[in-house]
Amino acid sequence: MAKVTVDGIEVEVPNGASVLQACEAAGKEVPRFCYHERLSVAGNCRMCLVEVEKAPKPVASCAYPVAEGMKVFTDTPVVRNARRGVMEFLLINHPLDCPICDQGGECDLQDQAYAYGSDMSRFLEAKRAVKDKDIGPLIKTVMTRCIQCTRCVRFAAEVAGTPELGGTNRGENMEIGTYVEKALTSELSGNLIDICPVGALTSRPYAYVSRPWELKKTDSIDVLDAVGANIRVDARGPEVLRIIPRINEAVNEEWMADRGRFSFDGLKRRRLDRPWVRKDGKLHAATWPEAFAAIATKLSSLPGDRIGAVAGALADAESTLALKDLMAAYGSANLDCCDDFAAIDTSRPDFYRFNTTIAGIEEADALLIVGCDPRKEAPVLNARIRKRWTAGKFPVGFVGPRGVDLTYPVQHLGDSPAALAGSAFLETLKAAQKPMLILGRGALQRPDGAAVLAAAWKIAAETGMLKPDWHGFNLLHHFGGQVGALELGFVPGTNGKGLNAMLTGGVDALWLLNADGFDPARIPAGTFVVYQGHHGDEMAARADVILPGAAYTEKDATWVNTEGRAQRGRLAIFPPGEAREDWRIIRAYSEGVGKALPYDDANAIRARLAQASPVFARVGEVARGGCANPTGPAGDAAALNNVPFALPIAVYHQADVISRASEVMAQCAAIYGPQQALAAE
Amino acid sequence: MSAPAHEEPASFAFDAESEAKIATIIRRYPEGKQASAVIPLLYVAQKQMGRLTGSAWVPRVAMDVIAERLSMPPIRVYEVATFYFMFNMKPIGRFHLQVCGTTPCMLRGSDEVMRACKDAGGVAGPGETSEDGLFTMTEVECLGACVNAPILQVDDDYYEDLDYESTVKLIEALKRGERPAPGSAIGRRSSEAAGGATALKGAEQD
Amino acid sequence: MALSDKDRIFQNLYGFQPWNLSAARKRGCWDGTGAILAKGRDAIIEEMKNSGLRGRGGAGFPTGMKWSFMPKQSDGRPSYLVVNADESEPGTCKDRDIIRHDPQTLIEGCLIAGFAMGAIAGYIYIRGEYYNESVVLEAAIQEAYDAGLLGKNACGSGYDFDLYVHRGAGAYICGEETALIESLEGKKGMPRLKPPFPAAVGLYGCPTTVNNVETIAVVPEIMRRGAEWFSSFGRPKNSGTKIFCIQGHVNNPCNVEAEMSIPMRELIERYAGGVRGGWDNLLCVIPGGSSTPLLPKHICDDVLMDFDALREHRSGLGTAGVIVMDKSTDVIKAIARLSAFYKHESCGQCTPCREGMGWVKRMMDRMVTGNAEIEEIDVLENVTRRIEGHTICALADGGVWPVQGLIRHYRPLMEERIQAYKARHQRLAAE
Repeated sequence: MAKVTVDGIEVEVPNGASVLQACEAAGKEVPRFCYHERLSVAGNCRMCLVEVEKAPKPVASCAYPVAEGMKVFTDTPVVRNARRGVMEFLLINHPLDCPICDQGGECDLQDQAYAYGSDMSRFLEAKRAVKDKDIGPLIKTVMTRCIQCTRCVRFAAEVAGTPELGGTNRGENMEIGTYVEKALTSELSGNLIDICPVGALTSRPYAYVSRPWELKKTDSIDVLDAVGANIRVDARGPEVLRIIPRINEAVNEEWMADRGRFSFDGLKRRRLDRPWVRKDGKLHAATWPEAFAAIATKLSSLPGDRIGAVAGALADAESTLALKDLMAAYGSANLDCCDDFAAIDTSRPDFYRFNTTIAGIEEADALLIVGCDPRKEAPVLNARIRKRWTAGKFPVGFVGPRGVDLTYPVQHLGDSPAALAGSAFLETLKAAQKPMLILGRGALQRPDGAAVLAAAWKIAAETGMLKPDWHGFNLLHHFGGQVGALELGFVPGTNGKGLNAMLTGGVDALWLLNADGFDPARIPAGTFVVYQGHHGDEMAARADVILPGAAYTEKDATWVNTEGRAQRGRLAIFPPGEAREDWRIIRAYSEGVGKALPYDDANAIRARLAQASPVFARVGEVARGGCANPTGPAGDAAALNNVPFALPIAVYHQADVISRASEVMAQCAAIYGPQQALAAE
Repeated sequence: MSAPAHEEPASFAFDAESEAKIATIIRRYPEGKQASAVIPLLYVAQKQMGRLTGSAWVPRVAMDVIAERLSMPPIRVYEVATFYFMFNMKPIGRFHLQVCGTTPCMLRGSDEVMRACKDAGGVAGPGETSEDGLFTMTEVECLGACVNAPILQVDDDYYEDLDYESTVKLIEALKRGERPAPGSAIGRRSSEAAGGATALKGAEQD
Repeated sequence: MALSDKDRIFQNLYGFQPWNLSAARKRGCWDGTGAILAKGRDAIIEEMKNSGLRGRGGAGFPTGMKWSFMPKQSDGRPSYLVVNADESEPGTCKDRDIIRHDPQTLIEGCLIAGFAMGAIAGYIYIRGEYYNESVVLEAAIQEAYDAGLLGKNACGSGYDFDLYVHRGAGAYICGEETALIESLEGKKGMPRLKPPFPAAVGLYGCPTTVNNVETIAVVPEIMRRGAEWFSSFGRPKNSGTKIFCIQGHVNNPCNVEAEMSIPMRELIERYAGGVRGGWDNLLCVIPGGSSTPLLPKHICDDVLMDFDALREHRSGLGTAGVIVMDKSTDVIKAIARLSAFYKHESCGQCTPCREGMGWVKRMMDRMVTGNAEIEEIDVLENVTRRIEGHTICALADGGVWPVQGLIRHYRPLMEERIQAYKARHQRLAAE
């Protein structure tokens, strides 16, 4: 530790810390543009200049290391003059078009100009104009506003691992861009909007839509992948206008993935905003009582074991629990939450959780990825892997299709389960102190899924991943509703049928809660289908009764991420039309059929959740620990077949009902989709 | 700079002569530091374009080839190529007339050299190419031969101690396909005082 | 008393003799180099310290001290010598002559310097425009290799040292040592933040010393003749001989190696045939390359050409590029052209330089015509102060000093120009 005095305040900071960090420790705010905590230090904007005793010139505090006994001054005439100078230089060629700039109101340059800017310009020359760049459908560029801080260049190269942005030409002609016009290929590109301190990179879908002070800001959770990124949903009236990440060091740091950020226009399209009931083969608009009556009539005619329920990828924990309780009231144990047919073993939570935790990736020292493309399945988690790789000495083995670019180099061990046996990489894992394995949920969707799970666990056991103080076995899920349902045991009960059995004559009525994961054509003709969800996707079209539910932005609900971390989403806007919060739909139905569920407000159902699984009793937290019991899942590790692993998310931008309804995501899919990639080759 | 506006070739490949040069270049840098060769390889590409097409410039596809060869992201090559002034990012004339216009040359009459380039070369102004495609004129910054100012660099060669007439003479010779010997136009050996060295007089030969 | 030819280190500065190895040997190059190395690293560095040699690239940092910053023991990383032959400071053309006419002085200097700092290899970073010079240098290095002077067991010393030439491609900023290192690594020539300094983290992250060509090329002769000989020229702390580039409005522009602290007037008159039209026709002199503020005639009358004397007059020796301007000169235009140079050469990294240099250049352009307000001279001065000292490297400082010097010494002329412009345009408006 080094003792440093900042404006007379003595602070202790770690050796190697920057003067800027020392200033922050002393509670002194230092303005900055190029500096960003999560990027390498550029030191080029010169806004953070401070005076250091005995230094001949003001120093860039972001880049200057502290020394024992150093005296720093952040508010002297020299410092103020330097910052005013930098501000003046930044503004001379800046268009000052704040009234028509989408960054207005949340712009670092604008904010700092209040502190260090002048009320008049001394600049009488012509201002520089810079041509805008087309870097894809998500990011709008107004490059004349760019202050060349290079945050975006560093983000693309360092965090996203897609070094496609750069500064070409030099001096005052330096321009930020891709040089050769192209859409950025990162799934994290939206974060460029957040890190750009000015209005050069703004959200294209949000262009000219709103001002930040008009927005109602609601903290929530992204459910369009299983990372559970902490987000803020900004809405005005009945509309979500944008979604941006919040900081959660344990989960998403301050990043979020593009699908979660930009799919929200899908919340307005193809919505189920009223109940529907099928009569004479056709769906007709109905009232809630009519819809409930239609269901009640059918279900009351059936024995419990002829009724089944499926919870899908975007089902929240409350409604999943309510549906489970309702099924119990009907005497049905036919439950399944794996609408993608993944062979998951729920006998122990560490068989299906990401046990290392996301932050724990940074402690690992070797990684094996099996049947999984974390870049597409969980971009923010993949950025954490890349962060660990960037820190050095982190061998990564990969089993899956050849040619997958994860943004860090991998040793390709093979494309099928056979590669798992006898690979030399296993020795690398054994030699590591904290090796980890990431098994993709997609790898369990195969006929031999249970065997894959068992085999992966076996490797974890044999390579020292399962220790009392380290759990290196991880399953990577795809959506925000999947793990919550597993925690609630939404799986076949005693003598209960799984999804396959239900789809092959095992039931006569199916209640599908956000279950869009399988082909509706697999439902036998004559099976009565209740579809509860928010989008009129293919599955809704197969329904006999449609119950319009709320999307994740429209309800207070609990979600569990791949780590087993329960987090609360909050209602940002009301569901459209007659759509309702999902658990309340089920609760209302239960009352109507005389099977009233024993909770009728949010507190009561959350108390019931906490009883059902401890993850719901510690919202926001995750129980991280080692592996107490190396005994593996029930599957037969020897029953592997050698069919190559397929990666489940073919088109990143269209992976769920919301993103499939989004025009913005459709544009992205058209640009980045697999057919385009083929055409380019 | 954004995407180039001129016509780009569809492909680029180093020829045997270039490959031979590249082999010696790469050896200069330690294992794993091959990115150091990016400037040398851009030169090789530019030279090859000059040799094969009569216009020494660096097409975008050549930068992509270099990026792949040196395991660099293409954008890093674009950055380097556009940062350094000597890489021509668009086609140029057969001869590149680089007139130094910085103060030491300006004081000695670089305006006259530039005027001669316009008149004799048929170039409209800095950055322009003559209609016959023979000459592109660029105003360059200090060429570092100031005691022999003013300087005109034609491709790789320095022509020194110029004035309007000697510049015209030079350009006319280039048009005729001649390549006059580089150096002083007033007969100086190099940087010794005009009219006879004022030091190292004993060392003078011939 | 003028420096005698026998005390000139660069015996072939003008290329009157061949540059090749055998000719160089006749001039004394490579004489007893093995014995010099045999003295050991510490002795060589000590000798350099005693010689008082200060870096010839412009900043004038004591060379021996710079070398002593290199690690004595390797921590596993190799060390590198990098020679800065990116000679681009307007008014400077001395390294060019060393390279094309006396390259073995440089090559021998590289071996001795490299040995003294424990470097495994040296890179000579030569500006791209010096193509023909680089061809000579590469051939000279090959000759040295062939003669066993470089490479394995260089000069029979038991020490292995490789030397390479790397061409730049037209960027003045690469003369800044950390920009040069970046460029050598294959990146844009953008100066690095310091600390860490190159002696700790330089080329490829390894300890590195960057020295100017002239600095390195004088090393062998200092080692042969002794520190005392070298320091006998010039005033204390300003010792040695130095190549001056005398140009502009002199009768006979030339490069010349002279003793440090020579009076400017003597330098110009003895070696360059005097100011065009006589000394009284002198307007001003930029004494040390474009970055050093100009000095009006009354200072030039008796100023000495060394670091300290020029500094006393708020200018500097810089690279010793002596740009002479006679009374026919439009000095505002001469400095405005330098502003254009610095704008062109700013790497674009730091805000004050990237934005400020263009502003200064455009204001200077208006000062040339007089299309400005008198108060704008203060704005201009203030803008240069807001640039100065606020950037990563010294390019911006060097870019604004000439303007500050102009305002310091020629403000009345600038005001006159503005008034004349106003008068002209008022008249036009009235007509």
